[in-house]
Amino acid sequence: MATNVAVIRFPGTNCEFDVVEVVQQLGAQAQIVFHDEPSLGSADAVVIAGGFAHGDYLRPGAIARFSPVMEAVASFAQSGGPVVGICNGFQVLTEANLLPGALQKNAGLKFRCGFTELRVENSNSVLTSEAQVGDILSIPINHFEGNYTCSSETLAELQGEDRVLFRYVTNPNGSVDDIAGICNEGRNVVGLMPHPERACHDLLGSRDGIVLMSSLLRAAGLNAGVPN
Amino acid sequence: MAEQGLEGSLHRELGLTDEEYERICSILDRKPNHLELAMFSVMWSEHCSYKSSRIHLKRFPTEAPWVLVGPGEGAGVVDVGDGIGAAIRIESHNHPSAIEPYQGAATGAGGILRDIFSMGARPIALMDPLRFGPLDDPRSRWIAEGVVSGISGYGNSVGVPTVGGETVFDECYTGNPLVNVLCLGVLPVERLVLGRAEGVGNLAVLLGSTTGRDGIGGVSVLASAGFSDEASDADKRPSVQVGDPFEEKRLIEACLELLDSNLAAGVQDLGGAGITCATAETAAKGGAGMDVMIAPIPQREPGMQPFEVMTSESQERMLAIVEPGNLEAVLAIAERWEIRANVIGIVTDTGRLRVLDEANGEVLADVPAKALEQDAPLYDRPRSAPADLDQRQADSANSLDAPSDPGADLIAMLSDTSWVSSQYDHMLFLNTVEGPGGDAAVLRLKHPSTGLDTGRGLALTTDGNHLWGSVDPYRGGVMTVAESVMNLAVVGARPLALVNCLNFGNPEHPEVMWQLSESIDGLSEALLAFGIPCVGGNVSLYNESRGTDIDPTAVIGLLGVVDALESPPPGVRLVEGSRLLLLGHTDPELSGSAWAALQGHRGRGRLPEVDLEAVASVADAVRDLVIAGLVQGAHDVSSGGTAVALAEMAVRSGVGFTAARLADHSDLFAESSGRAVLCIDPEKLREVLDLLEERGIEHSRIGVAGGNRMSVKGQFDLGLDEVTASWRDHLPDALGSGTVQG
Repeated sequence: MATNVAVIRFPGTNCEFDVVEVVQQLGAQAQIVFHDEPSLGSADAVVIAGGFAHGDYLRPGAIARFSPVMEAVASFAQSGGPVVGICNGFQVLTEANLLPGALQKNAGLKFRCGFTELRVENSNSVLTSEAQVGDILSIPINHFEGNYTCSSETLAELQGEDRVLFRYVTNPNGSVDDIAGICNEGRNVVGLMPHPERACHDLLGSRDGIVLMSSLLRAAGLNAGVPN
Repeated sequence: MAEQGLEGSLHRELGLTDEEYERICSILDRKPNHLELAMFSVMWSEHCSYKSSRIHLKRFPTEAPWVLVGPGEGAGVVDVGDGIGAAIRIESHNHPSAIEPYQGAATGAGGILRDIFSMGARPIALMDPLRFGPLDDPRSRWIAEGVVSGISGYGNSVGVPTVGGETVFDECYTGNPLVNVLCLGVLPVERLVLGRAEGVGNLAVLLGSTTGRDGIGGVSVLASAGFSDEASDADKRPSVQVGDPFEEKRLIEACLELLDSNLAAGVQDLGGAGITCATAETAAKGGAGMDVMIAPIPQREPGMQPFEVMTSESQERMLAIVEPGNLEAVLAIAERWEIRANVIGIVTDTGRLRVLDEANGEVLADVPAKALEQDAPLYDRPRSAPADLDQRQADSANSLDAPSDPGADLIAMLSDTSWVSSQYDHMLFLNTVEGPGGDAAVLRLKHPSTGLDTGRGLALTTDGNHLWGSVDPYRGGVMTVAESVMNLAVVGARPLALVNCLNFGNPEHPEVMWQLSESIDGLSEALLAFGIPCVGGNVSLYNESRGTDIDPTAVIGLLGVVDALESPPPGVRLVEGSRLLLLGHTDPELSGSAWAALQGHRGRGRLPEVDLEAVASVADAVRDLVIAGLVQGAHDVSSGGTAVALAEMAVRSGVGFTAARLADHSDLFAESSGRAVLCIDPEKLREVLDLLEERGIEHSRIGVAGGNRMSVKGQFDLGLDEVTASWRDHLPDALGSGTVQG
């Protein structure tokens, strides 16, 4: 049976169908899970897609963390299941304390959409296992609040434990230490601001996202059968 | 029903003339009360009724076998194959954006999205043609920043990519910017719905936001009058609505789910003129009547008067017509998406729109629905060519001195607008093959229900040129259509349908009505020649500030299709070592050109001759060459002429050029229609030239791409880096100089 990815949809999420399209393009199954669901069903991996969950009211992710589905996501993560938060999904994961730090408004105080170059810093995670350290990937960003920040202790921890997975080659938003994506201690929960699903097709200008999405599907495959 | 007490004053305050008031009395066979008068005033406003322009708009060609819905509905819809319909519409939000740029622009985007999904289509792209006063005017910079933030804040959050548009700065828009918004949606053809209230006993369900005091009289007070002095303009700020993109996002999802589940007989957006317009239009078009109740309408604040409730333009509201048996299911979907849903009316067979305070309650208004929607007066306003037209036409820009430094003039005409487009999500939905900055946006066409890729693409461009319009609105219209057709050709697309947004000054000025009429005839001539139907439009009048009308600005949106989208279009670029070809005939006339305007020469002379047959053959050849994969870079020649076309290809790709056979400044800067610059691999050159010769297409080998200089023999020799920096920094530097709130 094909691996199955749950893609979380809050009111205001808008990248959920894009993620589904790419998951299917890579040969796996995907199902949309609405935010009021208390369960993830038979998911082997979870993607929290980009957008503006609950309108980003209060601040991005601040209300989404209270949606019923987030309890299921937390216990799925607890049990080692692969969880990836893309853009707004990263913001949700930090608000839900599944990842450390926070995303503040971009330096320059403008929304930014466009391709950026990312350097893969570590291949030990559910999103980077098939990438090589030092790979430069061309992947778009699309955010207003993508400026990653954290305490100096947290930063030291992230650096010391090799949990910074991606750095921007040219920092577009003021993120501390050029951080574009990180993982948790268990390396099964990953958050990143760039959108790998937007870089999986020749017609869209880059296929560099495929190595990341394939890594996730591999992790999902390994996780298949593990009870949720 | 209390009759109007202050006869003769209230209707004028509401923007109705004495004659219009008399007409209402004769329709009702009595005097209208305050509420009825308010309803007529918004429905008969210029904005809603098109009373000054309708007789001219009839001249647009509107028919083609692929047109499913023509002008007059929420949006035009064309059949793009594979069972997919494309819904398209363009609108203006000029006046609200002049006084409250962020919300004015945001609600412009919100309004047009509702027009698209009210047809049953999912919005997949926005485009925003924008025109502001000059960059050295602090207030114009404030407007520009606010408008771009508003579109960014609303469009990104509501989840519809903004894939292109235009950004123009010119002195004629000081005090009256043009904020036009185009939206494209796709739908399975079988889901096409029209805003109709059919079936006596069906329920009118109001979905979405509460009704507040925002935007009351927006269409009559704000959109249908010009601007005078700043103090009274500031007073108009409360007439601007406030947008909530999150509410809109949930409304889109809920409405599309209603239509997917066949739970609504029709849906109608609430835009200008609010509940009055939505109920009158659905009832009149369905040949029915409707009773509307005030009490169940959720109100944002206590103490609202019925006329406020009925004319409020509060955003993010829709009206669904629902069979009583489906009501429960409709309410469940609304609850899932956390939007309000209230039954506020019932379809009747009386042909009348009645407003009651509650069900079976007091009748507050009782008017024929058709009268509101269809009986607005039609004006054939006086029109006359400018008195000094002959004199102006005799003053050609070709008698201006030749530039002493053509390179400096070229640099002055180059500006990168990515400061604007980088603030918009232009990639959502994984469709954007060519985004902002190209000649036309190219989107993958996926089936809206199954998501399956058709292997084909949609192409979209918006164009307008007020400098052409100010010289000759007729030929300016012809040239604008020709430009759009060429913009589609360079991305390999053939045109399918056009929408237009006609931005003009005060229709009570005979010269403005002449401009409007000429412009419509010019656009129509070109549409007929190319076989393109017009499927919708918007007319924005009273674009004037302190008694001065804007230059006539006909903005058009042209939708095309790419029949086999196997690789991205060549794009605006050069490739090292490739050959440069200029296709099409250059008429050396400089009047109306951007170069002439730079010299202060505008609105005078005559525009270049246009041979539409020749334009069509060049466009066909360009399209065929692009599809055959024989082109490495392509750019249409329009504002700024061949020199600007070459320079834009160079700065976008970081590759210079060495050109010749551009003998003088007319060759560099003239803007005659039907031309394109192509960059061709030397190994493919013979094949390309053979095709051009075979088809009798006029062309000239003008140079070679490569190196780090941009040079035209005998004209200029510029460093690529220096020009690139100037092009890239122009807008951010100018906008970084600070703003002043008006």
